[in-house]
Amino acid sequence: MKKIISILLLFSLFACGTDDKINTVNFSFNFSHNWDETPVSNEDFNSIKFTNANNDQLSIERLRYLISDIKFENSNGESIIIEGYNLIDVTNNQNLSFAPSVSIRKGTYSNVSFIFGFKNEKNIDGAYPDLNATSWNVPAMLGGGYHYMQLDGKFLNSSNTEQGYNYHAIRAADNPGMNPTFPQDTFFEVHLGNVTISNDAIFNIEMNIAEWFKNPHTWDLNVLNQMLMPNSNAQILMYDNGQNVFSLESINQ
Amino acid sequence: MKKLNLHICLLTLFIIASCTNEKVDIFSSTPSPLQIPQLFEDKILNPVIPIDNPQTEEGIELGKKLFFDPILSADNTQACADCHAPENAFTDTDRFSDGISGALGTRNSMPIFNLAWNYDEKFFWDGNSFSLEHQAFIPVTDPIEMASTWKDVEQKLQNHSEYPNLFQLAFGTATIDSSLVTKAIAQFERTLISSNSKFDKYLLNEISLTPEEFNGFNVFMDENKGDCFHCHGSENNPLWTDNLFHNNGLDSQFSDLGFGAITGDPADNGKFKSPSLRNLVFTAPYMHDGRFSTLDEVINHYSEGLQNSPTIDPLMKKVAQGGVQLSEQDKADLKSFLLSLSDYEFINNPAFKNQ
Repeated sequence: MKKIISILLLFSLFACGTDDKINTVNFSFNFSHNWDETPVSNEDFNSIKFTNANNDQLSIERLRYLISDIKFENSNGESIIIEGYNLIDVTNNQNLSFAPSVSIRKGTYSNVSFIFGFKNEKNIDGAYPDLNATSWNVPAMLGGGYHYMQLDGKFLNSSNTEQGYNYHAIRAADNPGMNPTFPQDTFFEVHLGNVTISNDAIFNIEMNIAEWFKNPHTWDLNVLNQMLMPNSNAQILMYDNGQNVFSLESINQ
Repeated sequence: MKKLNLHICLLTLFIIASCTNEKVDIFSSTPSPLQIPQLFEDKILNPVIPIDNPQTEEGIELGKKLFFDPILSADNTQACADCHAPENAFTDTDRFSDGISGALGTRNSMPIFNLAWNYDEKFFWDGNSFSLEHQAFIPVTDPIEMASTWKDVEQKLQNHSEYPNLFQLAFGTATIDSSLVTKAIAQFERTLISSNSKFDKYLLNEISLTPEEFNGFNVFMDENKGDCFHCHGSENNPLWTDNLFHNNGLDSQFSDLGFGAITGDPADNGKFKSPSLRNLVFTAPYMHDGRFSTLDEVINHYSEGLQNSPTIDPLMKKVAQGGVQLSEQDKADLKSFLLSLSDYEFINNPAFKNQ
């Protein structure tokens, strides 16, 4: 997947001198997945083996999601944003590691973060050819731009029959059509916390998929399963439940 | 040291003498990069061109001649174009195409256009072939199709009055083998670009859609109605396919495992490639087995004809009700939109015809 990387230096954390090159390191984000601490990979897909907080039994058949704008902040309030994005495709084991071709300075950062999805100003309809080529778009009638996540699978419904679900996270929109409105932002910033970087670093980031169905809203797949993109209330519930989905498990350096 | 210098001088003299006494042929074909349409350039990634098979004028011309020449078949009666005719967007009108003996295949002939943008390079309904070159390799020896052998085909081409020279011009060698044959055919096939439908011109602000076509596009894009875009793309993807494999609810039990027979994964049983929605007016019948004769049947299938099965794609909506339950007006409008993706300039392009 093509990764478009550019650097926005809000404040000068980098410098070009020799000493600074010695003091800079490379980093990458590795994404792993679990269901309440049980590791999940694409080998676990396509069979009903998960149970959510609502006691719905479900499978996962497709999971891909987008992260963007990794940010390093120091205690002085200075920050560097690495503009760019990565579409993590768990189904096909693609892009589970994201290594921007940018170095960061050794030291302590008060917070490292990334955006789940796109900020609104980056969520530009049709702007990214690699995402267009993989049909990651959101219909213009819902504001255009791109999906944040596609989590598809089947669950056993109240009739004990397998039924499809499409947990697709996008920018919440109302009044679909030529002039949709947006009740609230549904991208969110994932904070990984305080880190000290002394060498090339691999950030091991976990997504607990079960959290999407759990906290604070217990998700009932019998009620919310498909056609969720035009459902702004569902999008806001996803936004709420997404707040505790990601965690920084460790840093290898 | 003096001895070494003497050797170098002698070697140099030998090379110069050789050069003056021998004619050196330097192979040089004419690069012919694909003409990428504006919408493709603006919206999606560049096409896939193998580094060992660049597009050249001579290679494309040779590939075109081979594509229309029945010499590739065992009894010289069938060309690629017999099942992939220009007037049908390079498919044919049969449910199953017949080979040289009249035997029928088991899948509907696929149309050929915009294949250079198949980024995963999995070809055929079941993705059994990787790369366009390899795809072109298969029908020649398929016992139901051309039923030939590559040894026989290579011999016939080698003994032909024109082909050795054409291969010399295209590839710098007059020694013909299957690899060069398929490279030439693939070069021609990559030139088969369809980008001039009514809807393309609408996106380029050259024309307007009818109200029916516009509403049909909205049905296509509305997750509460057609929800076609998840597999077939949008105005931001001029391919109108994701080139991936889905079970779209045709059957509750499978007589043809499709993608599953290739991957060996039961979770892939009953999955077939999403075809592009371009040029549907020319490409009936539809689906991998050509079971639907008309677009109305196709739309009715998604609206109320879905069959449940363990591998049905979760993107299929309202399976228990048979489908997305479109109104008759929405069905008609959706059909109008789909037909607006038909590219008459493509099927009438003289560069793609046997003339």
